[in-house]
Amino acid sequence: MSKLTSSSSELDLDRPNIEDYLPPDSIPQPHAKLRLRDLLDISPTLTEAAGAIVDDSFTRCFKSNPPEPWNWNIYLFPLWCLGVVVRYGILFPGRVLVLTIGWIIFLSCYIPVHLLLTGHDKLRKRLERALVELICSFFVASWTGVVKYHGPRPCARPKQVFVANHTSMIDFIVLEQMTAFAVIMQKHPGWVGLLQSTILDSLGCIWFNRSEAKDREIVARKLREHVEGSDNNPLLIFPEGTCVNNQFTVMFKKGAFELGSTVCPIAIKYNKIFVDAFWNSKKQSFTTHLLQLMTSWAVVCDVWYLEPQNMKPGETAIEFAERVRDIISVRAGLKKVPWDGYLKYSRPSPKHRERKQQSFAESVLHRLEEK
Amino acid sequence: MGSASSTLTQYDIEDVQEHCNNLFSQQEIVSLYQRFCQLDRTAKGFISAEEFLSVPEFAVNPLSQRLLKMVDGLNFKDFVIFLSAFSPKASMPQKIELIFKVYDSDYNGKVTFNDIMEEVLIKVMQEAGYSKDSSLLVDDFVKILDHPGLKMEVEVPVD
Repeated sequence: MSKLTSSSSELDLDRPNIEDYLPPDSIPQPHAKLRLRDLLDISPTLTEAAGAIVDDSFTRCFKSNPPEPWNWNIYLFPLWCLGVVVRYGILFPGRVLVLTIGWIIFLSCYIPVHLLLTGHDKLRKRLERALVELICSFFVASWTGVVKYHGPRPCARPKQVFVANHTSMIDFIVLEQMTAFAVIMQKHPGWVGLLQSTILDSLGCIWFNRSEAKDREIVARKLREHVEGSDNNPLLIFPEGTCVNNQFTVMFKKGAFELGSTVCPIAIKYNKIFVDAFWNSKKQSFTTHLLQLMTSWAVVCDVWYLEPQNMKPGETAIEFAERVRDIISVRAGLKKVPWDGYLKYSRPSPKHRERKQQSFAESVLHRLEEK
Repeated sequence: MGSASSTLTQYDIEDVQEHCNNLFSQQEIVSLYQRFCQLDRTAKGFISAEEFLSVPEFAVNPLSQRLLKMVDGLNFKDFVIFLSAFSPKASMPQKIELIFKVYDSDYNGKVTFNDIMEEVLIKVMQEAGYSKDSSLLVDDFVKILDHPGLKMEVEVPVD
């Protein structure tokens, strides 16, 4: 065994001569060195970490797409200015007017119906449903919403839930103007919360609170009760649990899929040319979001009511949820991403990291055993 | 180029490119800057550990804690220098030096058994003739790891 001179200038007696362990072709001692190389080589894991720093699929789901800047020259700039004047000066006041009229009509009908018809529940509910559909139509009109509905309209039947992908709270309004759903939503503060606790409550909507841990069981129970009730409004659930930017879908929560009912998927796709309808709740309040919509040209979207699905024999709730997510993503042209939407609000649990560490350690041991 | 919120000038791009020894193209540096600003949500000019950990793919990585010590609080220039080891144009010794730095958790230029925590690794080191008090230097790492199979490359998405 030839002793090569070490390239390090430091004389460290502890240090074994590494050259002894290099695979000189003549010396049959490859095992120790190969093992050491395999163990010290963390390059795949390191590459994954660096890859995540450079670009990750989760953050991409929540990126708002900035509007394409016009090529500003002598011709387009005045046109754009004219556009701004029209949108803010003519369209916006007109829309505010429409919305105000709508609210006046709605409140003047809703309040009497709600208070006076307390005895005649069936009639009251029917009128309230029609009125909510009306006010939603006014909202949609206030953004000059052009919504194209495809597929058979939802009907109220027992043992069925509707699920849809989620881009903004306006998803609810767009769907509600066609059918008065009962929806399950995060409880919001402010004027939205007020609307939630008064009008939406009467539709049978269910509230949850992301930050409360025990909440999930309570909500699961309420969902089950609602679905089993015979004359409740059809239930609409957004299984992503958060708003995503209409180019991707995050993993669906299984809650909606283990109720033992038929699941009717709905796909919603907004046309970005007119406005980016993604509501980035961390960056904008809902009011700002609505104002942004009301000063754009139009909100154009497609809604597809897809074929109802049932859980196949031997399918778990998670597999069922993924299958429905596939159907919706394909229809609306969205890319699927393997992350839980709630990671927007909290870090991955230590369980995830431990799992990854375990598979990392296992692969190292596996390579060892192979030699 | 002080805070991250200011836009990148051509001069800044060239300065950063020079510092990372031209391992990234100018387009890649612009993309990295957009990514830097995206991660640095409060526009402080550096990315905090919390912000790195908000990327789920990074947080579940077994090496995340060690890497955090190296990347926490880096400004954009140092961020690019750190990532330059992952460029396809980076040399093998440069990549291996980064691996060495990840192992050398107390930054004393030596990797001792204290730094390497995996028990399996300790066992094999002992089998390969290292005592519990021995340590490895960068050159040792180069000699052990330098082989054509070592691939540590990351692609910067350029739209």
